[in-house]
Amino acid sequence: MDTNHPSYTVVRGTRGSMALFAFALMLVAFAASLPFWGESSWMREFVEIACYFIFAMMWNLMAGYGGMVSIGQQAFFGLGGYVMLSLGNFWGVNPFVAVVLGAIVAGLISIPVSWVAFRLQGGYFAIGTWVISEVARLSIANVSAVGGGSGTTLTALRGIEKATRESVTYWMALACVVASISLVYLFLRSKQGLALLAIRDNEVAARSQGIAVGRMKLAVYAVAAFGAGLAGALYFVGNLRISPDAAFSVNWSAFAIFMVVIGGIGRIEGPLVGALVFWAMNKFFSEYGTWYLIGLGLIAIVMTVYFKQGLWGFVQQRWGWTLFPTARKLQLK
Amino acid sequence: METVIQGVLLGGLYGLFALGLSLMFGVMRLTNTAHGDFIILGSFSTLTLVNLGLSPWLAMLATLPLAWLMGYALQRYVLNGTLGKDPLPSLVVTFGMSIVVQNLLLELFSADPRSIDTGGFSTQGIAFSPELSVGVLPVVILALALAVTAALQWMFTSTALGRTFRAVSDDREIAELMGLNARKVYALATALAFVLVGLAGSLQGVRTTVSPADGPALLLFAFEAVIMGGMGSFWGTLAGAMLLGLTQQVGFRLDPGWGIWGGHLMFLFVLVLRPQGLFPKTRG
Repeated sequence: MDTNHPSYTVVRGTRGSMALFAFALMLVAFAASLPFWGESSWMREFVEIACYFIFAMMWNLMAGYGGMVSIGQQAFFGLGGYVMLSLGNFWGVNPFVAVVLGAIVAGLISIPVSWVAFRLQGGYFAIGTWVISEVARLSIANVSAVGGGSGTTLTALRGIEKATRESVTYWMALACVVASISLVYLFLRSKQGLALLAIRDNEVAARSQGIAVGRMKLAVYAVAAFGAGLAGALYFVGNLRISPDAAFSVNWSAFAIFMVVIGGIGRIEGPLVGALVFWAMNKFFSEYGTWYLIGLGLIAIVMTVYFKQGLWGFVQQRWGWTLFPTARKLQLK
Repeated sequence: METVIQGVLLGGLYGLFALGLSLMFGVMRLTNTAHGDFIILGSFSTLTLVNLGLSPWLAMLATLPLAWLMGYALQRYVLNGTLGKDPLPSLVVTFGMSIVVQNLLLELFSADPRSIDTGGFSTQGIAFSPELSVGVLPVVILALALAVTAALQWMFTSTALGRTFRAVSDDREIAELMGLNARKVYALATALAFVLVGLAGSLQGVRTTVSPADGPALLLFAFEAVIMGGMGSFWGTLAGAMLLGLTQQVGFRLDPGWGIWGGHLMFLFVLVLRPQGLFPKTRG
């Protein structure tokens, strides 16, 4: 989209970014055919990393664009999972439909939650959201209908054949990945997205330009909660077993932070690159257990202190590549 | 009655957890998400010194200068670089530290809960009446919490060091124009906060068992106490800790699964009704 004016042009996409975009589309089409020739372990792995990625993507939207650093997004991850499971087990809703419903419920619940969470700012907000997710964890652990502290199993998928279940879960995960990238991309390219970037860069200035800062932040918080709920519901459809400790684990936020920091915060490509790096590290080093986690922590610290822009930020600065052009660049004639 | 006393005594311990966090919040607006893990690190270093043959009390005393050095170095060489208007870098770095500390302790000491052996002191009690007996150790902890709070408040209002803390907290640029080195002042504040963290950790290890994964829970308790008490006031922090201790104790009394949960709910309740906390800004 170029806006023409006698003395300048506003540039967004370049030819390179269009080519990369076309390549990404082909990659998605290719990935969609995986169930016909791939192994079921690949599909399971993809579903898992897709959940991590969607969750990280939403964390990036909040922290990198909305300026809200949260350590409590697992509240919505777990809620999405539990809502999906309850709808499937108790009300006979098809679990794949329930995934979307779970995400919607998580998004809706985030609105009253924000009323409490938004009383805190900056670092206090981060830990406050963590408290809220702990409240969710302890509350669910007291509900015996979903197995209390020890959790329960998704029984609603019992009648479905394993191969069908795995393929459908895989396609669903792929669709969710594409949908969440598109959602964030289109959101950031819209007028609201521009307002969001303005708030991130200078909240006071943005407010003085007539941007409703509070409403924008709430919108971002709700979208991010929806996405986290989607990731959670999807994860537990793939996993079939849920427990409060797994669903509301702070590790979800820890891994999201790691992925975003590695890939580059405040860029759509960031979590994508981060998720790939995380997947590779998980595959090759997770057998080292605690040392692996120590390594992840150290990398996050070193990256934040010395290499703030992340891997994709480096690529972008060095070669000017963008896969998802959301910035508007001014070219003077 | 017993629940109230137990709650106040528990509040004393939480007060010690929270004062270090309050100090770092107050001086440099730094949210240390690894606070709880450093408390546990304090417990384990005291434990290690005891295992090396020191008496428990000497080990506690020896932990404090170690904590000071660690806090000073950490702030001077790592955390100072993350301060700024954007809260993200300091949050990510301290969160990374939390993961590193937690997993290092797990690697070194395994996940088994441990306790610092004080030769029976931790179980001694004073009986006020046949039904009511209070442990000596919790009373000592409460007394320490009161003393530390008073000392911090006095230091902030009446000493040169406290004045520099307040100066860099109010306006870093002006303070630097007046010849203060803000980075050094920050390092001193963190060093002091870490001494409190070390003290709290040792006492936690004596009072109960500790395991490497306990850190995050302690961070949340400390944080709740600080926010409920109100920013910028040490007595407020202690009051917040008392309220948290009382609520948890009442919750535990009703149902063992409700203690921690009730404490969190009380925090959210206070946040909704009085977002500025109970006693904000009494530091002046």
